[in-house]
Amino acid sequence: MRIILILIWKELLQVVRNRAMIPILTVIPIVQLILLSFAATNEVKKIGLAVCDNDHSTFSRRLREQFLSSDYFVLKLYTDDEKAAAATLEDDQADAVLAIPPGFERQLLRGQASSLQLQVNAINGVKGGLAGAYAGSVIQSLRRDLSLEIVPVVRQKPAVAAPISVSYRHWYNPELEYQTFMVPGILGVLVTILTMMLTAMNIVREREIGTIEQLNVTPIRKYQFIIGKLLPFLFIGLFDLAIGLTAGKLIFDIPMLGSLWLVFAFCVINLIATLAVGMLISTAAETQQQAMFISWFFMMIFILMSGLFTPIDSMPLWAQYLTIPNPIAHFVDVMRKVLLKGSGFEDIKDHFYTMLVLGPLLITLAIWRYRKTIA
Amino acid sequence: MTTIDVRDVYKNYGKTRALEGISLRVEEGEIFGLIGPDGAGKTTLFRILTTLLTPDKGSATVLGYDVVKDFKAIRKLVGYMPGRFSLYQDLTVLENLQFFAQVFGSTIEENYYLIKDIYQQIEPFKHRRAGQLSGGMKQKLALSCALIHKPRILFLDEPTTGVDAVSRKEFWDMLHRLRKEGITILVSTPYMDEAGKCDRIALIQKGRLLAIDTPAGIVNAFEKPLWAVQTDQMHLVLQALRRHANVASVFPFGDVLHLTPKSDFTTGELSNYLLNSGFPGVDISLIPATIEDCFMELMAE
Repeated sequence: MRIILILIWKELLQVVRNRAMIPILTVIPIVQLILLSFAATNEVKKIGLAVCDNDHSTFSRRLREQFLSSDYFVLKLYTDDEKAAAATLEDDQADAVLAIPPGFERQLLRGQASSLQLQVNAINGVKGGLAGAYAGSVIQSLRRDLSLEIVPVVRQKPAVAAPISVSYRHWYNPELEYQTFMVPGILGVLVTILTMMLTAMNIVREREIGTIEQLNVTPIRKYQFIIGKLLPFLFIGLFDLAIGLTAGKLIFDIPMLGSLWLVFAFCVINLIATLAVGMLISTAAETQQQAMFISWFFMMIFILMSGLFTPIDSMPLWAQYLTIPNPIAHFVDVMRKVLLKGSGFEDIKDHFYTMLVLGPLLITLAIWRYRKTIA
Repeated sequence: MTTIDVRDVYKNYGKTRALEGISLRVEEGEIFGLIGPDGAGKTTLFRILTTLLTPDKGSATVLGYDVVKDFKAIRKLVGYMPGRFSLYQDLTVLENLQFFAQVFGSTIEENYYLIKDIYQQIEPFKHRRAGQLSGGMKQKLALSCALIHKPRILFLDEPTTGVDAVSRKEFWDMLHRLRKEGITILVSTPYMDEAGKCDRIALIQKGRLLAIDTPAGIVNAFEKPLWAVQTDQMHLVLQALRRHANVASVFPFGDVLHLTPKSDFTTGELSNYLLNSGFPGVDISLIPATIEDCFMELMAE
C-alpha cells in the first residue's frame, strides 16, 4: 500500500511538472467538446434540387414551390431539359433531381395515377436517404392538398378516405436538439481516449527513457506497478469528466436528469477497462511512436463502432457483437441514458456487469503481459 | 565469502551471442572490475545478475540467491546503476532520492552517512530537475539513488563513461570508501586505466572471459618483453614493423607504439632495421606491461 502511494505521488508530480500536460488535460477536451458538438451535426439541410418540369402546369409549379417552402431544399436549376437536369447531378451541382412528366396535371385532374421521378445522389448515404424521405413527405402533403381540392369537382363525393396522419413526439429530446444528444456521448469518448493514450504513452516513455529498468530492480511488485499507474490516470479521467460535464452544462445546457453519482461510478469501472487497454498497448510497443499507432488503431475502431455517430442497432450483427468489449460503446450509452433519460442503475445494469467482467479481465491480461525482465 | 557466483552462463539475443560460458566469483567486500570493449557482453552479464534477464544456460547466484528463482530476494539487496542515466528527469534531485529510498522502504536520513560524501556535492542543486544536471552530477545522483537503501552489492555498469577525468577520479575514491563500509562492488568499464583501481578484474571479450586475476597478477602474467617505440612517423613505422618477421605484435598505444618481439631479437637489431628502412631518430626502450598490453595480447591469442 505504501509503495502504491509513493508511485501515485511520483506520477502526479510528473503530471504537474509537465508543462504541456495541464492544457492537454483541461483545455483540449473542452475545445474538442465544443467543436465536435457544434460541427458534427447529423441534420441534413440545404439539399440542392434540380427540377426538370416537362408539364409546365399550375400543379407542377405548386409542387416546385412546396419543395422550396421547406428549409430542406434549395433550387439549383429549373428546366425542361432532362439532360441538363441529369448533368447537375453529375457535376455535384444538385443532390437530387425531380422529374415531372408531361401530362402530370391532366392525369391528376382526371383522377388517374401519375408518377414523378426522383433521382438522388446517394454517395453520402445519410444525406441521400434523408433527401428521399423529405421529398416523399413533401409530395405526400401536396397530394393530400390536391385530393381535397380535386375530388369535389370531379367525383362529387369524397372518394379518398382521409389519410392517416402520424404526429410525432420526441421523448427525452423534445426539440431534437442535436447537441443535447451529442455532448454526453462525445464527452464519454474524450475521457476514454485521453486516459487510454496517456496510460499507453506513459509506460512506454518509462521504457524509452530507461527508468523502467531502474524500477525493475527495486522490490516493487508487478501489481503495485500496475495499480500505481492505474490510479493516477483514473483520477485524471474523473477530473476530466467533471470539467467536461460542467462545460456541457454551461455551454450547451445539456439536461442532467439522472444521478451524477451513477455517471461517475460507471466512469470508474469503465476507466479501469480503458486504462487496461492502454497498458496492453504499452506492453506491445517499444517506442512512443509505436504506441501512438497502436492506440490510433484501437481509437478509430472504438469510436466509429461506439454508437456515437451511427446507432449500434443498425450495425450488422457481427459488428454489434464487436461493440460488447468496446468500453466507449458502453460509456456513450450510459451517458446518454442517465443524463438525457434519467435512467437509474436498474436500466443500465447490463453495462455495469459487462464492464465489471471486462475490466478485471483486461487488467489481469495486462499484469500477465507486463514483464519485469526484458526479452 | 563468495557474494556473486556465475557458473557457465550463456545468453543469446536471437542469433547474436552475447555471453558464451562465463564463470566467475566475486568475494565479499571487493571491488571487482569487468573490463572489456563495447559489445563484449558486460551489460548483459549485469542484467542477468540484477535479475533483469534470465540466462539461456548455466546458473548464477547473488548473495546465495539464484538469479532466476529468488529474484525477489535479490532485488531487495542490490543497488544497480545502469549504463544509461535512468532516473526521472522531470523530478528534482531530492525527489528522485526520496522516491528510491521510499520504494525500498527506507528514508534518506537512515542511510545518509553512506551517500554523504557524494550527495553533499550535488546538494546545492537538490531542487533542480535531474534532467538539467551536468553529466558528472547526474552520475553522482545515480550513485546516490543506487546506494540510498544500503545495498550489500553495488552493480555499476560503465559508471564513468562520458564523465570528465576529475569526476572519474572522485568517483573511484568514492568506491574505495564504500568498500570500507563492506559493500561489494561489481563495476564495468571500457577504460583500461581504471582496471588498476579494482581489487580483481576480469577481462571480457566477445562474450568470453580472457583472464581473471588481480591487476598485478594480470600484468605479471605478461612474460614477454615489451618495447615502446617512439617516432614522429607513427603510421609508416607501424607498417614497417608489421612487415618484420621477428615482430610478434605491434600496436599504437597513445603517442608510442608497443611492440612484443619474438625471441632472439634485440633493440639494437630493430633500431638498425628501422634506420635502413629510412626512419632515423627512433627511440626504443624496454617498458613494463600495462593491463591494456595484456588485453591486446590475450585478444590476439
